[in-house]
Amino acid sequence: MKITTEMVDYISVLSRLKLPQEEKEQMTGELERIIGYMDTLNALDTGGVEPMSHVFPVKNVLREDQVVPSFDRAELLKNAPKADEEAFLVPKTVE
Amino acid sequence: MKEILNLTALQLGAAIRKGEVSPVEATRAALEQIEARKADNAFTALTAETALRRAKAVGKKIAAGELTAPLAGVPLSIKDNICTKGVSTTCASKILTGFEPPYDATLVEKLDALGAVPLGKLNMDEFAMGSTTETSFYGPTHNPWDAGRVPGGSSGGAAAAVAARSCWYAIGSDTGGSIRQPAAYCGVTGIKPTYGTVSRYGLIAYASSLDQMGPLARDAADCAAVLDAVMGKDPRDGTSLDVPAGGLLAGLTGDVRGMKIGIPADCFGDGLDPEVMKSVLAVADVLKARGAELVEFTFPVMEYVVPTYYIIAAAEASSNLSRFDGVKYGWRAEGYEDLTDLYSKTRTEGFGAEVKRRILLGTFVLSSGYYDAYYKKALQVKGLIKQAFDDAFGKCDLMLTPVAPTTAPKIGESLSDPLQMYLSDIYTVSVNLAGLPGLSMPCGFDSKGMPIGAQLIGPALGEAKVLNAAHAFQLDTDYHKQSPVEKEAR
Repeated sequence: MKITTEMVDYISVLSRLKLPQEEKEQMTGELERIIGYMDTLNALDTGGVEPMSHVFPVKNVLREDQVVPSFDRAELLKNAPKADEEAFLVPKTVE
Repeated sequence: MKEILNLTALQLGAAIRKGEVSPVEATRAALEQIEARKADNAFTALTAETALRRAKAVGKKIAAGELTAPLAGVPLSIKDNICTKGVSTTCASKILTGFEPPYDATLVEKLDALGAVPLGKLNMDEFAMGSTTETSFYGPTHNPWDAGRVPGGSSGGAAAAVAARSCWYAIGSDTGGSIRQPAAYCGVTGIKPTYGTVSRYGLIAYASSLDQMGPLARDAADCAAVLDAVMGKDPRDGTSLDVPAGGLLAGLTGDVRGMKIGIPADCFGDGLDPEVMKSVLAVADVLKARGAELVEFTFPVMEYVVPTYYIIAAAEASSNLSRFDGVKYGWRAEGYEDLTDLYSKTRTEGFGAEVKRRILLGTFVLSSGYYDAYYKKALQVKGLIKQAFDDAFGKCDLMLTPVAPTTAPKIGESLSDPLQMYLSDIYTVSVNLAGLPGLSMPCGFDSKGMPIGAQLIGPALGEAKVLNAAHAFQLDTDYHKQSPVEKEAR
Protein backbone atom coordinates (compact mmCIF):
# COMPACT_ATOMS: atom_id res chain seq x y z
CA MET A 1 0.00 0.00 0.00
CA LYS A 2 1.13 3.53 -0.77
CA ILE A 3 2.19 5.58 2.26
CA THR A 4 2.18 9.35 1.73
CA THR A 5 3.86 12.08 3.75
CA GLU A 6 0.33 13.29 4.64
CA MET A 7 -0.35 9.93 6.29
CA VAL A 8 2.92 10.16 8.17
CA ASP A 9 1.95 13.68 9.28
CA TYR A 10 -1.36 12.34 10.57
CA ILE A 11 0.09 9.43 12.57
CA SER A 12 2.87 11.72 13.82
CA VAL A 13 0.26 14.02 15.35
CA LEU A 14 -1.46 11.03 16.96
CA SER A 15 1.94 9.85 18.27
CA ARG A 16 3.00 13.30 19.50
CA LEU A 17 6.06 13.25 17.27
CA LYS A 18 7.23 16.05 15.00
CA LEU A 19 9.71 14.71 12.49
CA PRO A 20 11.99 17.14 10.67
CA GLN A 21 11.33 17.17 6.88
CA GLU A 22 14.30 14.96 5.95
CA GLU A 23 13.56 12.38 8.65
CA LYS A 24 9.89 12.39 7.61
CA GLU A 25 10.68 11.62 3.99
CA GLN A 26 12.99 8.77 4.95
CA MET A 27 10.43 7.40 7.42
CA THR A 28 7.70 7.51 4.74
CA GLY A 29 9.75 5.27 2.44
CA GLU A 30 10.71 2.88 5.24
CA LEU A 31 7.15 2.57 6.51
CA GLU A 32 5.90 1.90 2.98
CA ARG A 33 8.35 -0.99 2.60
CA ILE A 34 7.57 -2.41 6.03
CA ILE A 35 3.80 -2.10 5.64
CA GLY A 36 4.07 -3.53 2.12
CA TYR A 37 5.77 -6.56 3.63
CA MET A 38 3.02 -6.86 6.25
CA ASP A 39 0.54 -7.18 3.40
CA THR A 40 1.92 -10.75 3.09
CA LEU A 41 -0.73 -11.62 5.66
CA ASN A 42 -3.45 -10.88 3.10
CA ALA A 43 -2.55 -14.15 1.39
CA LEU A 44 -4.00 -15.98 4.40
CA ASP A 45 -7.71 -16.62 4.66
CA THR A 46 -8.60 -15.74 8.24
CA GLY A 47 -12.37 -15.77 7.75
CA GLY A 48 -13.93 -17.25 10.87
CA VAL A 49 -10.69 -17.12 12.87
CA GLU A 50 -11.14 -15.38 16.23
CA PRO A 51 -8.58 -12.63 16.92
CA MET A 52 -6.36 -13.88 19.76
CA SER A 53 -5.16 -11.26 22.21
CA HIS A 54 -3.85 -13.55 24.96
CA VAL A 55 -2.63 -17.08 24.41
CA PHE A 56 -3.61 -18.40 27.82
CA PRO A 57 -7.18 -18.31 29.09
CA VAL A 58 -6.41 -16.02 32.03
CA LYS A 59 -8.97 -13.30 32.54
CA ASN A 60 -10.51 -11.15 35.27
CA VAL A 61 -7.79 -11.65 37.84
CA LEU A 62 -9.47 -10.30 40.96
CA ARG A 63 -8.28 -9.79 44.50
CA GLU A 64 -9.66 -8.35 47.71
CA ASP A 65 -9.29 -4.61 47.90
CA GLN A 66 -6.64 -3.71 50.45
CA VAL A 67 -5.85 -0.32 51.88
CA VAL A 68 -2.10 0.24 51.71
CA PRO A 69 -0.07 3.44 51.87
CA SER A 70 0.68 4.94 48.46
CA PHE A 71 4.18 5.81 47.32
CA ASP A 72 5.94 8.67 49.06
CA ARG A 73 5.19 11.81 47.06
CA ALA A 74 8.59 13.42 47.47
CA GLU A 75 10.23 10.15 46.31
CA LEU A 76 8.15 10.13 43.12
CA LEU A 77 8.61 13.82 42.38
CA LYS A 78 12.39 13.41 42.55
CA ASN A 79 12.31 11.85 39.07
CA ALA A 80 10.35 14.68 37.45
CA PRO A 81 12.21 17.03 35.13
CA LYS A 82 10.29 19.89 36.77
CA ALA A 83 8.33 19.80 40.02
CA ASP A 84 7.64 21.77 43.16
CA GLU A 85 7.00 20.27 46.63
CA GLU A 86 3.68 18.75 45.68
CA ALA A 87 3.17 18.50 41.92
CA PHE A 88 4.66 17.93 38.48
CA LEU A 89 5.08 21.25 36.69
CA VAL A 90 3.96 21.76 33.08
CA PRO A 91 3.16 24.85 30.99
CA LYS A 92 -0.19 26.46 31.74
CA THR A 93 -2.93 24.64 29.80
CA VAL A 94 -6.13 26.42 30.87
CA GLU A 95 -6.39 30.18 30.68
CA MET B 1 42.06 -13.65 34.09
CA LYS B 2 41.19 -15.02 37.51
CA GLU B 3 40.25 -18.71 37.67
CA ILE B 4 36.96 -18.09 39.44
CA LEU B 5 35.69 -16.10 36.47
CA ASN B 6 35.58 -19.35 34.52
CA LEU B 7 33.37 -21.12 37.05
CA THR B 8 29.68 -21.45 36.30
CA ALA B 9 27.28 -19.58 38.58
CA LEU B 10 26.40 -22.83 40.37
CA GLN B 11 30.07 -23.79 40.81
CA LEU B 12 30.81 -20.36 42.23
CA GLY B 13 27.77 -20.61 44.52
CA ALA B 14 29.00 -23.99 45.80
CA ALA B 15 32.53 -22.65 46.35
CA ILE B 16 31.08 -19.71 48.29
CA ARG B 17 28.98 -21.96 50.51
CA LYS B 18 32.04 -24.12 51.23
CA GLY B 19 33.96 -21.01 52.22
CA GLU B 20 36.52 -21.43 49.43
CA VAL B 21 35.67 -18.08 47.86
CA SER B 22 33.98 -15.10 49.48
CA PRO B 23 31.29 -13.07 47.71
CA VAL B 24 33.58 -10.05 48.11
CA GLU B 25 36.41 -11.82 46.24
CA ALA B 26 34.00 -12.85 43.50
CA THR B 27 32.59 -9.34 43.24
CA ARG B 28 36.08 -7.80 43.08
CA ALA B 29 37.12 -10.26 40.38
CA ALA B 30 34.04 -9.42 38.32
CA LEU B 31 34.51 -5.67 38.74
CA GLU B 32 38.14 -5.98 37.60
CA GLN B 33 37.04 -7.99 34.58
CA ILE B 34 34.35 -5.41 33.74
CA GLU B 35 37.06 -2.74 33.86
CA ALA B 36 39.37 -4.84 31.67
CA ARG B 37 36.54 -5.36 29.17
CA LYS B 38 35.42 -1.73 29.18
CA ALA B 39 35.75 -1.49 25.40
CA ASP B 40 32.87 -3.99 25.01
CA ASN B 41 30.53 -1.21 26.26
CA ALA B 42 28.30 -3.85 27.81
CA PHE B 43 27.22 -1.73 30.78
CA THR B 44 25.18 1.46 31.10
CA ALA B 45 25.76 1.80 34.85
CA LEU B 46 27.99 0.19 37.46
CA THR B 47 27.21 -0.01 41.16
CA ALA B 48 30.62 -1.15 42.39
CA GLU B 49 30.49 0.24 45.94
CA THR B 50 26.97 -0.99 46.62
CA ALA B 51 27.92 -4.39 45.20
CA LEU B 52 30.97 -4.72 47.47
CA ARG B 53 28.97 -3.61 50.51
CA ARG B 54 26.25 -6.07 49.66
CA ALA B 55 28.74 -8.89 48.97
CA LYS B 56 30.19 -8.38 52.44
CA ALA B 57 26.77 -8.49 54.12
CA VAL B 58 25.69 -11.52 52.08
CA GLY B 59 28.97 -13.31 52.88
CA LYS B 60 28.25 -12.99 56.60
CA LYS B 61 24.75 -14.37 56.19
CA ILE B 62 25.97 -17.31 54.14
CA ALA B 63 28.62 -18.11 56.76
CA ALA B 64 25.93 -17.96 59.44
CA GLY B 65 23.77 -20.37 57.46
CA GLU B 66 21.04 -17.78 56.92
CA LEU B 67 21.36 -17.84 53.12
CA THR B 68 21.56 -21.24 51.50
CA ALA B 69 20.30 -20.80 47.92
CA PRO B 70 22.50 -22.25 45.13
CA LEU B 71 23.14 -18.73 43.79
CA ALA B 72 23.64 -16.93 47.12
CA GLY B 73 26.56 -14.54 46.89
CA VAL B 74 26.96 -14.92 43.11
CA PRO B 75 27.30 -11.58 41.27
CA LEU B 76 25.02 -10.84 38.32
CA SER B 77 24.07 -7.94 36.08
CA ILE B 78 20.66 -6.69 35.02
CA LYS B 79 19.37 -5.34 31.72
CA ASP B 80 18.66 -1.62 31.80
CA ASN B 81 14.91 -1.96 31.23
CA ILE B 82 14.38 -3.67 34.59
CA CYS B 83 13.62 -1.36 37.52
CA THR B 84 16.24 -1.28 40.26
CA LYS B 85 15.45 0.95 43.21
CA GLY B 86 17.60 4.06 43.29
CA VAL B 87 19.79 2.80 40.43
CA SER B 88 19.68 4.42 36.98
CA THR B 89 17.25 2.58 34.67
CA THR B 90 17.18 4.13 31.20
CA CYS B 91 16.18 1.47 28.65
CA ALA B 92 19.30 2.84 26.89
CA SER B 93 17.17 5.82 25.83
CA LYS B 94 17.86 9.53 26.09
CA ILE B 95 14.25 10.06 27.19
CA LEU B 96 14.82 8.18 30.46
CA THR B 97 18.07 9.96 31.30
CA GLY B 98 18.43 10.25 35.05
CA PHE B 99 15.51 7.96 35.93
CA GLU B 100 16.06 6.19 39.24
CA PRO B 101 13.07 3.94 39.94
CA PRO B 102 11.47 4.30 43.37
CA TYR B 103 10.96 0.52 43.51
CA ASP B 104 12.54 -2.80 42.53
CA ALA B 105 11.06 -5.18 39.98
CA THR B 106 9.61 -8.32 41.60
CA LEU B 107 12.39 -10.34 39.97
CA VAL B 108 15.02 -8.06 41.53
CA GLU B 109 13.36 -8.43 44.94
CA LYS B 110 13.44 -12.20 44.60
CA LEU B 111 17.12 -12.27 43.66
CA ASP B 112 17.83 -9.86 46.50
CA ALA B 113 16.12 -12.18 48.98
CA LEU B 114 18.32 -15.13 48.01
CA GLY B 115 21.52 -13.12 48.42
CA ALA B 116 22.42 -12.21 44.86
CA VAL B 117 24.93 -9.41 44.26
CA PRO B 118 23.98 -7.02 41.39
CA LEU B 119 26.97 -5.34 39.73
CA GLY B 120 25.22 -2.91 37.41
CA LYS B 121 22.93 -2.32 34.45
CA LEU B 122 23.41 -3.70 30.98
CA ASN B 123 23.36 -2.03 27.60
CA MET B 124 20.56 -2.86 25.17
CA ASP B 125 18.75 -1.67 22.10
CA GLU B 126 16.72 1.41 22.99
CA PHE B 127 13.52 0.20 24.70
CA ALA B 128 14.51 -3.32 23.58
CA MET B 129 13.73 -2.40 19.97
CA GLY B 130 16.43 -3.81 17.78
CA SER B 131 18.39 -6.97 17.09
CA THR B 132 21.94 -5.63 17.41
CA THR B 133 22.28 -3.32 20.48
CA GLU B 134 23.23 -0.58 18.02
CA THR B 135 20.12 1.53 18.73
CA SER B 136 21.33 2.24 22.28
CA PHE B 137 21.68 5.93 23.18
CA TYR B 138 24.95 4.89 24.87
CA GLY B 139 26.49 3.48 21.72
CA PRO B 140 26.74 -0.11 20.52
CA THR B 141 27.98 -3.04 22.57
CA HIS B 142 30.75 -5.01 20.88
CA ASN B 143 30.73 -8.77 20.50
CA PRO B 144 33.48 -10.18 22.76
CA TRP B 145 34.32 -12.78 20.06
CA ASP B 146 34.99 -10.04 17.49
CA ALA B 147 34.79 -6.37 18.45
CA GLY B 148 33.84 -5.48 14.88
CA ARG B 149 30.61 -7.47 15.18
CA VAL B 150 27.37 -6.89 17.07
CA PRO B 151 26.48 -8.94 20.15
CA GLY B 152 22.90 -9.27 18.93
CA GLY B 153 19.99 -7.67 20.69
CA SER B 154 18.20 -6.41 22.36
CA SER B 155 19.88 -7.97 25.44
CA GLY B 156 23.28 -7.48 23.79
CA GLY B 157 24.98 -6.11 26.90
CA ALA B 158 23.76 -9.12 28.88
CA ALA B 159 25.08 -11.67 26.39
CA ALA B 160 28.39 -9.82 25.95
CA ALA B 161 28.95 -9.50 29.70
CA VAL B 162 28.35 -13.21 30.31
CA ALA B 163 30.53 -14.21 27.34
CA ALA B 164 33.34 -11.88 28.43
CA ARG B 165 33.21 -13.42 31.93
CA SER B 166 32.27 -10.05 33.44
CA CYS B 167 29.50 -11.65 35.50
CA TRP B 168 28.28 -15.19 36.14
CA TYR B 169 24.81 -14.61 34.83
CA ALA B 170 22.59 -11.80 33.63
CA ILE B 171 18.90 -11.04 33.51
CA GLY B 172 17.57 -10.06 30.11
CA SER B 173 14.15 -9.60 28.56
CA ASP B 174 12.75 -11.23 25.45
CA THR B 175 9.87 -9.83 23.40
CA GLY B 176 10.75 -11.40 20.05
CA GLY B 177 14.09 -13.10 20.65
CA SER B 178 15.96 -10.53 22.72
CA ILE B 179 17.44 -13.11 25.10
CA ARG B 180 17.89 -15.99 22.66
CA GLN B 181 19.42 -14.21 19.66
CA PRO B 182 22.20 -12.36 21.56
CA ALA B 183 22.87 -15.56 23.52
CA ALA B 184 23.44 -17.28 20.16
CA TYR B 185 25.65 -14.51 18.77
CA CYS B 186 27.80 -14.45 21.93
CA GLY B 187 28.00 -18.19 22.62
CA VAL B 188 26.08 -18.29 25.91
CA THR B 189 22.91 -20.07 27.06
CA GLY B 190 19.68 -18.10 27.53
CA ILE B 191 16.05 -18.97 28.06
CA LYS B 192 12.79 -17.10 27.65
CA PRO B 193 10.36 -18.95 29.89
CA THR B 194 6.62 -19.39 29.26
CA TYR B 195 4.70 -16.10 29.21
CA GLY B 196 3.43 -15.37 32.70
CA THR B 197 5.87 -17.53 34.64
CA VAL B 198 8.13 -14.63 35.63
CA SER B 199 6.39 -11.51 36.94
CA ARG B 200 6.74 -8.51 34.66
CA TYR B 201 6.23 -6.07 37.54
CA GLY B 202 9.06 -3.57 37.17
CA LEU B 203 9.97 -4.53 33.61
CA ILE B 204 9.52 -1.38 31.52
CA ALA B 205 6.99 -2.50 28.93
CA TYR B 206 7.68 -2.74 25.21
CA ALA B 207 4.95 -5.17 24.04
CA SER B 208 3.12 -6.37 27.13
CA SER B 209 1.55 -9.50 25.60
CA LEU B 210 4.98 -10.75 24.47
CA ASP B 211 7.52 -9.44 27.03
CA GLN B 212 9.11 -11.92 29.40
CA MET B 213 12.31 -11.83 31.48
CA GLY B 214 14.81 -14.65 31.79
CA PRO B 215 18.47 -15.52 32.39
CA LEU B 216 21.54 -15.55 30.16
CA ALA B 217 24.24 -17.73 31.66
CA ARG B 218 27.13 -20.10 31.03
CA ASP B 219 24.97 -23.23 30.73
CA ALA B 220 21.50 -24.72 31.06
CA ALA B 221 21.99 -25.69 34.70
CA ASP B 222 22.72 -22.07 35.66
CA CYS B 223 19.60 -20.99 33.74
CA ALA B 224 17.54 -23.56 35.64
CA ALA B 225 18.85 -22.26 38.98
CA VAL B 226 17.96 -18.66 38.08
CA LEU B 227 14.47 -19.62 36.91
CA ASP B 228 13.90 -21.61 40.11
CA ALA B 229 14.60 -18.38 41.97
CA VAL B 230 12.52 -15.93 39.94
CA MET B 231 9.45 -17.79 38.66
CA GLY B 232 6.10 -17.68 40.40
CA LYS B 233 2.75 -15.96 40.69
CA ASP B 234 2.89 -12.28 41.61
CA PRO B 235 -0.25 -10.39 42.67
CA ARG B 236 1.30 -7.26 41.12
CA ASP B 237 1.26 -8.77 37.62
CA GLY B 238 -2.24 -9.82 36.59
CA THR B 239 -0.86 -11.88 33.70
CA SER B 240 1.44 -13.95 35.90
CA LEU B 241 0.35 -17.57 36.02
CA ASP B 242 -0.67 -19.35 39.18
CA VAL B 243 1.29 -22.53 38.54
CA PRO B 244 3.87 -24.45 40.58
CA ALA B 245 7.38 -23.00 40.32
CA GLY B 246 10.81 -24.38 41.18
CA GLY B 247 12.39 -27.80 40.84
CA LEU B 248 13.96 -27.13 37.44
CA LEU B 249 17.55 -27.55 38.60
CA ALA B 250 16.68 -30.71 40.52
CA GLY B 251 15.06 -32.12 37.38
CA LEU B 252 18.19 -31.96 35.21
CA THR B 253 18.96 -35.62 34.66
CA GLY B 254 20.30 -35.50 31.12
CA ASP B 255 17.97 -38.41 30.38
CA VAL B 256 16.29 -37.80 27.04
CA ARG B 257 15.48 -41.42 26.19
CA GLY B 258 12.23 -41.58 24.28
CA MET B 259 11.97 -37.80 24.03
CA LYS B 260 10.63 -36.79 20.62
CA ILE B 261 12.63 -33.95 19.08
CA GLY B 262 10.69 -32.24 16.30
CA ILE B 263 12.54 -30.85 13.32
CA PRO B 264 10.29 -28.44 11.43
CA ALA B 265 11.43 -28.59 7.80
CA ASP B 266 10.27 -25.01 7.16
CA CYS B 267 12.91 -23.74 9.61
CA PHE B 268 15.76 -25.28 7.63
CA GLY B 269 15.10 -23.90 4.19
CA ASP B 270 16.08 -20.88 2.12
CA GLY B 271 17.82 -18.02 3.84
CA LEU B 272 19.53 -20.16 6.46
CA ASP B 273 23.32 -20.03 6.41
CA PRO B 274 24.64 -23.55 5.57
CA GLU B 275 27.16 -23.52 8.43
CA VAL B 276 24.40 -22.62 10.89
CA MET B 277 22.15 -25.33 9.46
CA LYS B 278 24.83 -27.99 9.82
CA SER B 279 25.63 -27.11 13.46
CA VAL B 280 21.98 -26.93 14.49
CA LEU B 281 21.12 -30.26 12.89
CA ALA B 282 24.14 -31.79 14.62
CA VAL B 283 22.34 -31.08 17.93
CA ALA B 284 19.69 -33.57 16.84
CA ASP B 285 22.37 -36.22 16.36
CA VAL B 286 23.79 -35.68 19.84
CA LEU B 287 20.34 -35.99 21.41
CA LYS B 288 19.58 -39.03 19.27
CA ALA B 289 22.75 -40.69 20.48
CA ARG B 290 21.37 -40.22 24.00
CA GLY B 291 18.16 -42.00 23.10
CA ALA B 292 15.90 -39.23 21.79
CA GLU B 293 13.75 -39.82 18.71
CA LEU B 294 13.77 -37.41 15.79
CA VAL B 295 10.52 -36.44 14.10
CA GLU B 296 10.35 -34.32 10.96
CA PHE B 297 7.28 -32.35 9.97
CA THR B 298 6.19 -29.18 8.22
CA PHE B 299 5.49 -25.96 10.06
CA PRO B 300 3.60 -24.01 7.43
CA VAL B 301 3.35 -20.59 9.11
CA MET B 302 6.96 -19.39 8.92
CA GLU B 303 6.41 -16.73 6.27
CA TYR B 304 3.71 -15.08 8.41
CA VAL B 305 5.47 -14.91 11.77
CA VAL B 306 7.56 -11.76 11.19
CA PRO B 307 4.75 -9.51 9.87
CA THR B 308 2.39 -10.75 12.60
CA TYR B 309 4.98 -10.11 15.28
CA TYR B 310 5.92 -6.62 14.10
CA ILE B 311 2.29 -5.52 13.79
CA ILE B 312 1.41 -6.67 17.30
CA ALA B 313 4.66 -5.55 18.93
CA ALA B 314 4.55 -2.10 17.29
CA ALA B 315 0.89 -1.64 18.20
CA GLU B 316 1.55 -2.39 21.85
CA ALA B 317 4.73 -0.30 21.84
CA SER B 318 2.93 2.76 20.47
CA SER B 319 0.53 2.52 23.38
CA ASN B 320 3.08 1.63 26.09
CA LEU B 321 5.52 4.36 25.11
CA SER B 322 2.90 7.11 25.28
CA ARG B 323 3.82 7.46 28.96
CA PHE B 324 7.17 9.00 28.05
CA ASP B 325 6.28 12.65 27.64
CA GLY B 326 8.76 14.64 29.70
CA VAL B 327 6.44 15.21 32.66
CA LYS B 328 6.77 12.54 35.36
CA TYR B 329 10.26 11.15 34.84
CA GLY B 330 13.32 11.29 32.68
CA TRP B 331 14.36 13.93 30.23
CA ARG B 332 12.45 17.01 29.00
CA ALA B 333 13.26 19.06 25.89
CA GLU B 334 13.80 22.79 26.17
CA GLY B 335 12.18 25.69 24.34
CA TYR B 336 8.59 24.42 24.13
CA GLU B 337 5.62 26.70 23.58
CA ASP B 338 2.78 24.86 25.28
CA LEU B 339 1.96 21.45 26.75
CA THR B 340 1.45 19.66 23.42
CA ASP B 341 4.67 21.15 22.14
CA LEU B 342 6.45 19.95 25.31
CA TYR B 343 5.25 16.39 24.61
CA SER B 344 6.14 16.45 20.91
CA LYS B 345 9.55 18.07 21.34
CA THR B 346 10.53 15.78 24.20
CA ARG B 347 9.45 12.66 22.31
CA THR B 348 10.94 13.70 18.97
CA GLU B 349 14.31 14.56 20.50
CA GLY B 350 14.23 11.93 23.26
CA PHE B 351 13.50 8.80 21.18
CA GLY B 352 15.89 7.33 18.61
CA ALA B 353 14.97 6.50 15.01
CA GLU B 354 14.01 2.84 15.54
CA VAL B 355 11.74 3.62 18.47
CA LYS B 356 10.01 6.38 16.50
CA ARG B 357 9.61 4.02 13.54
CA ARG B 358 7.86 1.42 15.70
CA ILE B 359 5.67 4.02 17.44
CA LEU B 360 4.54 5.34 14.04
CA LEU B 361 4.05 1.83 12.68
CA GLY B 362 2.01 0.85 15.73
CA THR B 363 -0.07 4.01 15.56
CA PHE B 364 -0.72 3.30 11.87
CA VAL B 365 -1.90 -0.30 12.35
CA LEU B 366 -4.20 0.80 15.18
CA SER B 367 -5.56 3.87 13.41
CA SER B 368 -9.12 4.05 12.20
CA GLY B 369 -9.40 2.66 8.69
CA TYR B 370 -6.39 0.33 9.03
CA TYR B 371 -7.13 -1.47 12.30
CA ASP B 372 -9.04 -4.35 10.70
CA ALA B 373 -6.63 -4.82 7.81
CA TYR B 374 -3.51 -4.94 10.00
CA TYR B 375 -3.96 -5.24 13.75
CA LYS B 376 -7.06 -7.44 13.79
CA LYS B 377 -5.64 -9.52 10.95
CA ALA B 378 -2.41 -10.04 12.91
CA LEU B 379 -4.34 -11.19 15.98
CA GLN B 380 -6.16 -13.71 13.79
CA VAL B 381 -2.89 -14.99 12.32
CA LYS B 382 -1.50 -15.20 15.84
CA GLY B 383 -4.30 -17.69 16.51
CA LEU B 384 -3.19 -19.71 13.47
CA ILE B 385 0.45 -19.65 14.64
CA LYS B 386 -0.59 -20.87 18.09
CA GLN B 387 -2.58 -23.63 16.36
CA ALA B 388 0.50 -24.63 14.30
CA PHE B 389 2.48 -25.02 17.54
CA ASP B 390 -0.34 -27.03 19.12
CA ASP B 391 -0.26 -29.33 16.07
CA ALA B 392 3.54 -29.62 16.27
CA PHE B 393 3.46 -30.55 19.96
CA GLY B 394 0.97 -33.26 19.12
CA LYS B 395 3.85 -34.90 17.23
CA CYS B 396 6.88 -34.08 19.40
CA ASP B 397 8.00 -33.06 22.88
CA LEU B 398 10.38 -30.30 21.82
CA MET B 399 11.20 -28.46 18.61
CA LEU B 400 14.76 -27.86 17.43
CA THR B 401 15.35 -24.81 15.21
CA PRO B 402 18.06 -22.26 14.48
CA VAL B 403 18.04 -19.08 16.60
CA ALA B 404 19.06 -16.76 13.78
CA PRO B 405 19.71 -17.27 10.05
CA THR B 406 23.39 -16.26 10.37
CA THR B 407 26.03 -15.61 13.00
CA ALA B 408 26.64 -12.06 14.30
CA PRO B 409 26.77 -9.43 11.54
CA LYS B 410 29.33 -6.62 11.46
CA ILE B 411 28.60 -3.41 13.33
CA GLY B 412 26.98 -0.91 10.96
CA GLU B 413 25.54 -3.49 8.55
CA SER B 414 22.03 -3.82 9.95
CA LEU B 415 20.49 -0.46 10.77
CA SER B 416 20.41 0.94 7.25
CA ASP B 417 17.71 -1.56 6.30
CA PRO B 418 15.17 -1.99 9.12
CA LEU B 419 13.04 -4.50 7.21
CA GLN B 420 16.04 -6.75 6.65
CA MET B 421 16.81 -6.58 10.38
CA TYR B 422 13.20 -7.54 11.22
CA LEU B 423 13.44 -10.56 8.90
CA SER B 424 16.43 -11.90 10.82
CA ASP B 425 14.07 -12.46 13.79
CA ILE B 426 12.16 -15.16 11.90
CA TYR B 427 13.08 -18.11 14.12
CA THR B 428 12.44 -16.45 17.47
CA VAL B 429 9.32 -14.24 17.24
CA SER B 430 6.76 -17.04 16.86
CA VAL B 431 7.74 -18.38 20.28
CA ASN B 432 6.67 -15.10 21.90
CA LEU B 433 3.46 -14.96 19.88
CA ALA B 434 2.52 -18.39 21.23
CA GLY B 435 3.82 -17.63 24.75
CA LEU B 436 6.12 -20.68 24.76
CA PRO B 437 9.46 -21.38 26.45
CA GLY B 438 12.45 -21.07 24.12
CA LEU B 439 16.11 -21.69 24.89
CA SER B 440 19.21 -20.76 22.94
CA MET B 441 22.46 -22.66 23.45
CA PRO B 442 25.87 -22.69 21.76
CA CYS B 443 26.18 -25.53 19.24
CA GLY B 444 29.24 -24.68 17.18
CA PHE B 445 31.34 -22.02 15.48
CA ASP B 446 31.36 -20.83 11.90
CA SER B 447 34.47 -20.56 9.75
CA LYS B 448 35.05 -17.03 11.07
CA GLY B 449 35.13 -18.35 14.62
CA MET B 450 31.77 -16.84 15.57
CA PRO B 451 29.40 -18.81 17.84
CA ILE B 452 26.30 -20.53 16.44
CA GLY B 453 23.16 -21.03 18.54
CA ALA B 454 20.48 -23.70 18.47
CA GLN B 455 16.98 -23.12 19.76
CA LEU B 456 14.88 -25.60 21.70
CA ILE B 457 11.19 -24.73 21.93
CA GLY B 458 8.86 -26.43 24.38
CA PRO B 459 5.11 -26.49 24.88
CA ALA B 460 3.64 -24.04 27.40
CA LEU B 461 5.19 -24.65 30.84
CA GLY B 462 7.65 -27.11 29.28
CA GLU B 463 10.72 -25.41 30.80
CA ALA B 464 11.81 -28.63 32.51
CA LYS B 465 11.95 -30.55 29.21
CA VAL B 466 13.68 -27.72 27.36
CA LEU B 467 16.33 -27.31 30.05
CA ASN B 468 16.86 -31.04 30.42
CA ALA B 469 17.45 -31.51 26.69
CA ALA B 470 19.89 -28.59 26.68
CA HIS B 471 21.62 -30.04 29.73
CA ALA B 472 21.90 -33.41 27.98
CA PHE B 473 23.48 -31.72 24.96
CA GLN B 474 25.91 -29.82 27.17
CA LEU B 475 26.95 -33.00 28.99
CA ASP B 476 28.27 -34.31 25.67
CA THR B 477 29.67 -31.11 24.14
CA ASP B 478 31.88 -28.25 25.25
CA TYR B 479 30.79 -25.35 23.00
CA HIS B 480 29.26 -23.65 26.05
CA LYS B 481 32.57 -23.83 27.90
CA GLN B 482 34.53 -21.87 25.31
CA SER B 483 35.19 -18.25 26.01
CA PRO B 484 36.36 -15.38 23.84
CA VAL B 485 38.60 -14.23 26.69
CA GLU B 486 40.61 -17.45 26.65
CA LYS B 487 40.69 -17.37 22.88
CA GLU B 488 42.30 -13.91 23.04
CA ALA B 489 44.82 -15.05 25.61
CA ARG B 490 46.01 -17.94 23.42
